[in-house]
Amino acid sequence: MKVLVAVKRVVDANVKVRVAADNRGVDLTNVKMAMNPFCEIAVEEAVRLKEKGVATEILVVAVGPKEAQEQIRTALALGADRGILVEAADAQPLAIAKILKAIVDQEKPGLVITGKQSIDGDNNQVGQMLAALTGMGQGTFASEVNVADGKVKVTREIDGGLQTVELKLPALVSTDLRLNEPRYASLPNIMKAKKKPLDIKAPADFGVDVAPRVKTVKVEAPAARKAGIKVKTVEELVAKLKNEAKVIQ
Amino acid sequence: MSVLVYAEHDNASLKAATLNVVAAAQKIGGEITILVAGSGCGAVAQQAAKVAGVAKVLVADNAAYAHQLAENVSALVAEVGKGYKHILAAATTTGKNFLPRAAALLDVQMISEISGVVNATTFQRPIYAGNAIATVESAQAINVLTVRGTAFDPAAAEGGSAAIENLSTATDAGVSSFVGEEIAKSDRPELTAAKIVISGGRGMQNGDNFSMLYKVADKLGAAVGASRAAVDAGFVPNDMQVGQTGKIVAPELYVAVGISGAIQHLAGMKDSKVIVAINKDEEAPIFQVADYGLVADLFQAVPELEKLV
Ligand SMILES: Cc1cc2nc3c(=O)[nH]c(=O)nc-3n(C[C@H](O)[C@H](O)[C@H](O)COP(=O)(O)OP(=O)(O)OC[C@H]3O[C@@H](n4cnc5c(N)ncnc54)[C@H](O)[C@@H]3O)c2cc1C
Ligand SMILES: Cc1cc2nc3c(=O)[nH]c(=O)nc-3n(C[C@H](O)[C@H](O)[C@H](O)COP(=O)(O)OP(=O)(O)OC[C@H]3O[C@@H](n4cnc5c(N)ncnc54)[C@H](O)[C@@H]3O)c2cc1C
Repeated sequence: MKVLVAVKRVVDANVKVRVAADNRGVDLTNVKMAMNPFCEIAVEEAVRLKEKGVATEILVVAVGPKEAQEQIRTALALGADRGILVEAADAQPLAIAKILKAIVDQEKPGLVITGKQSIDGDNNQVGQMLAALTGMGQGTFASEVNVADGKVKVTREIDGGLQTVELKLPALVSTDLRLNEPRYASLPNIMKAKKKPLDIKAPADFGVDVAPRVKTVKVEAPAARKAGIKVKTVEELVAKLKNEAKVIQ
Repeated sequence: MSVLVYAEHDNASLKAATLNVVAAAQKIGGEITILVAGSGCGAVAQQAAKVAGVAKVLVADNAAYAHQLAENVSALVAEVGKGYKHILAAATTTGKNFLPRAAALLDVQMISEISGVVNATTFQRPIYAGNAIATVESAQAINVLTVRGTAFDPAAAEGGSAAIENLSTATDAGVSSFVGEEIAKSDRPELTAAKIVISGGRGMQNGDNFSMLYKVADKLGAAVGASRAAVDAGFVPNDMQVGQTGKIVAPELYVAVGISGAIQHLAGMKDSKVIVAINKDEEAPIFQVADYGLVADLFQAVPELEKLV
């Protein structure tokens, strides 16, 4: 079974981003970029499926700028077999899903794995949209994935606890934080990854229009909280909460 | 102008999150219809009909919708939603699961987790873990939106008398089935609706120590939350995680105990009215957002707190 993993290049999770002075976005000059953490979990899950003999080939796809090749190479170093970069800046989830659908149609993977959300756009859309366009069942926010007998059983993290669903293959899974702990790439594997195939494509190759449907009018910093105080004792804390903040009785 | 609001429920009662979505719908303007999809969900429809400001309730009562399977619900929403200008759902794990799928079926670019309505086609939403607020504008024929509950004061649960209409359409996409669920049972208020939330982090050291927080919570009528580190370590279940990728809360009072204050945690609680931090490390970033900070060992401070509240 072939597994397709969608990965996105994003700001590193440890970076505290700042809104750009022109309010048109955030300031990304000289900011460290990385693979979206949920996509790392997606790659890891695919690699584990391959180690178990369930997956035979792992294809990684990124839609993004030229530099997103770095994230594809990282995935290749972690164990993916080949990559496709579809060069497009700022594509929105529906367009990304359409590109991925075209690739799914060509490659016919048995399982597609995406992250549940990317930590920059925080949209939490691409996986579900791709599932809609391909007609696949979707196991979103997965914390456990078991493939057997032409089906995949997915345990999902939901607001009330956990839910388990069973999907016919081909299916789509989106990863939550506790699905696995991604490994680090070893140096020899990083070297080997440089030789693995990586195709560069354009949205037009798939007949997809990536013009934005939703326009960003402006981007602002959130309202700042006013500075607080330190209290010395629990008594003082409780007194403040009762008499000053009036949030407890 | 017409707005379709998807009801969040468990087939027995309407979840409070729906009221926040109705409030967002009221800000957008136009006639509001609530869609209740479920199985044996008549009581939910009755409650939805009473919500203030709602004109109509549509009910799709069918086994295919019993567990809110995204494949089935999204097909229904895409079908029913065609006739509306706006389709809204709560940014809960239910809404986040099916609504993007419905949007794609409608060929609409959805807008996730709006925190503000500027006008009927312009919305605000947090990006980068809430470190930036984007104002976005859509010129699409239909606007498909999830709504961040904490950003909208709930509409009144009573006062309306909407007409209830049954839908006969039922779609079972046939690609997914429900196997089972483990729903956490608690007598404490729901995390996202509680007026007071007390959360524990890695500093709690283990799951048993959370009983210290439960005791304080029960005295205050509070809900108990956790950081990702506490959930990952297995101290408490996943439904308690507060943060960018967990639940978003904005109570009157948020007490962070043994939590360092990583950006991803702050994303889930920094709109709380009053924030208290109890941490033994005075450099912990949580103190930067705390109204009241107490530098102390939680194993002393929390039992003391329990006595004093
Ligand atoms: C401030 C700001 C302004 C923006 N303005 C615009 C704008 O004006 N116009 C515009 O077109 N876009 C704009 N964007 C980009 C856009 O909002 C998102 O980055 C894009 O819509 C993708 O959404 P997401 O990554 O949040 O998807 P999610 O649905 O959260 O991602 C979930 C998963 O889907 C997969 N995935 C997501 N994206 C990709 C990808 N590119 N390649 C491969 N897999 C992927 C991954 O597996 C990922 O884990 C802007 C972004 C920001 C932050
Ligand atoms: C993609 C991604 C998504 C994430 N999503 C989330 C999310 O949704 N929610 C979330 O919370 N995190 C999230 N995180 C994780 C986040 O980055 C932090 O790792 C996490 O919040 C840390 O949890 P913590 O504060 O409990 O642990 P730590 O950072 O280890 O802090 C523990 C704190 O406890 C204090 N402490 C220890 N012992 C005591 C004591 N006896 N008395 C008093 N204080 C004590 C310490 O001083 C320290 O400040 C995410 C990370 C990533 C990369």
